[in-house]
Amino acid sequence: MTPVPTKRAPAAKANEPTARKVRLATVWLGGCSGCHMSFLDLDEKLIELAELAELVYSPIADAKEFPENVDVTLVEGAVANVDNLELALKIRERSKVVVSFGDCAVTGNVPSMRNWLPVDDLLTQVYREGPGSVPRGAEADGIVPALLPRVVPLHHVIPVDAFIPGCPPDPDRIWTAVSALLRGEPVLLDEKMRKFG
Amino acid sequence: MAVITLTINDELVSGREGDTLLTLMREKGIEVPTLCHLDGLSPRGGCRLCLVEVQGSNRLVPACITPAQEGMSIVTHSERLIKYRRMILELLFSERNHICAVCVMNGRCELQAEAAAIGMDHVRYDYLTPQLPIDASHQRFAVDHNRCILCTRCVRVCDEVEGAHTWDVMGRGVNSRVITDLNQPWGTSKSCTSCGKCVQVCPTGALHLKGSTVAEMRKDRDFLRWILDGREKKQWILRNGGQESGR
Repeated sequence: MTPVPTKRAPAAKANEPTARKVRLATVWLGGCSGCHMSFLDLDEKLIELAELAELVYSPIADAKEFPENVDVTLVEGAVANVDNLELALKIRERSKVVVSFGDCAVTGNVPSMRNWLPVDDLLTQVYREGPGSVPRGAEADGIVPALLPRVVPLHHVIPVDAFIPGCPPDPDRIWTAVSALLRGEPVLLDEKMRKFG
Repeated sequence: MAVITLTINDELVSGREGDTLLTLMREKGIEVPTLCHLDGLSPRGGCRLCLVEVQGSNRLVPACITPAQEGMSIVTHSERLIKYRRMILELLFSERNHICAVCVMNGRCELQAEAAAIGMDHVRYDYLTPQLPIDASHQRFAVDHNRCILCTRCVRVCDEVEGAHTWDVMGRGVNSRVITDLNQPWGTSKSCTSCGKCVQVCPTGALHLKGSTVAEMRKDRDFLRWILDGREKKQWILRNGGQESGR
């Protein structure tokens, strides 16, 4: 059994100069950015990618606001705070295909290891018992976003069309998935590429 | 021993009376996922991954513990079975804290491998994220209950092969937990011989050598066949010309 996304991005062909480039976004929610580093490890394939896609939003692109009409969005990280949640809902609204990119987005992974602890106790143990002042956690203080009671995988808050497991997914996995998405094909990862961790 | 004939996936198969369905399926090269099953230990039928359909019955049966019978007709890979196997794996992942990325058995874990094999690329259920302890009181080994799937391989190998029965299970349902002696720290167990068989047969990172960090743990089960062949058949044969002498 292999995952089949329910939606497809419009196909783009490198050889046709008239073909519209795929509008690609990558997002960094509650994660370590390791998935994005692995993405950069695509190395020379990034040149190929640049011919097929326009990067319209990303931690590595200068865009402040998540744009409208995005074809494919790769989401790294779990949904850990209210900002993550707000952005996740916006991503779903404005993207044709949403992909959970890496174990944090797919499973909650390491960020979810705080889930057994109530948020208030968590901040006490991590910060309040130490020096300095800290936000209350459950409510927003206008500077750092309030933490959600539980860290959850992306597909627990919005419908997700494809999954790329891995911590981080290696460049081969990423290219297999991304190149399929850019061709408008479903993501079919083989057994080796589906492994968590 | 009487020979019996049955049908597996529309193919006639003969076996010996007393063979389990799983034995015959594997002889025919039909692979179904298993986690609680381990050759050499008594069958348990606990993880339910090897469930198969038996014609004429609306009840699914675990192949590892069901004796093959004359005239039986079974199906091993229907759409329904594959769906259920995936659900079982998702439930196992959601019940405790299986964070593969930071597990000592990352890359060698049987639970992780079965999930990848069946195409379980995400879990649809809510994660329960229970607060579970790690007991590192033993001099050489540790038990991390976050990774335990209650397959009871440790219980069986300790009882049936080592003969110590240090391990058992306490509690019911989602509160079940493997324990040493009378639910006391492993390091204080009087019955534990520190042989490490439980650690070697554990399919996940629940039982591991102390000091191993992420993806460092290696497990080797050759000792089991070696001990059992010696005990049951008086055979003491070194495989691979003695190159592979166990751990």
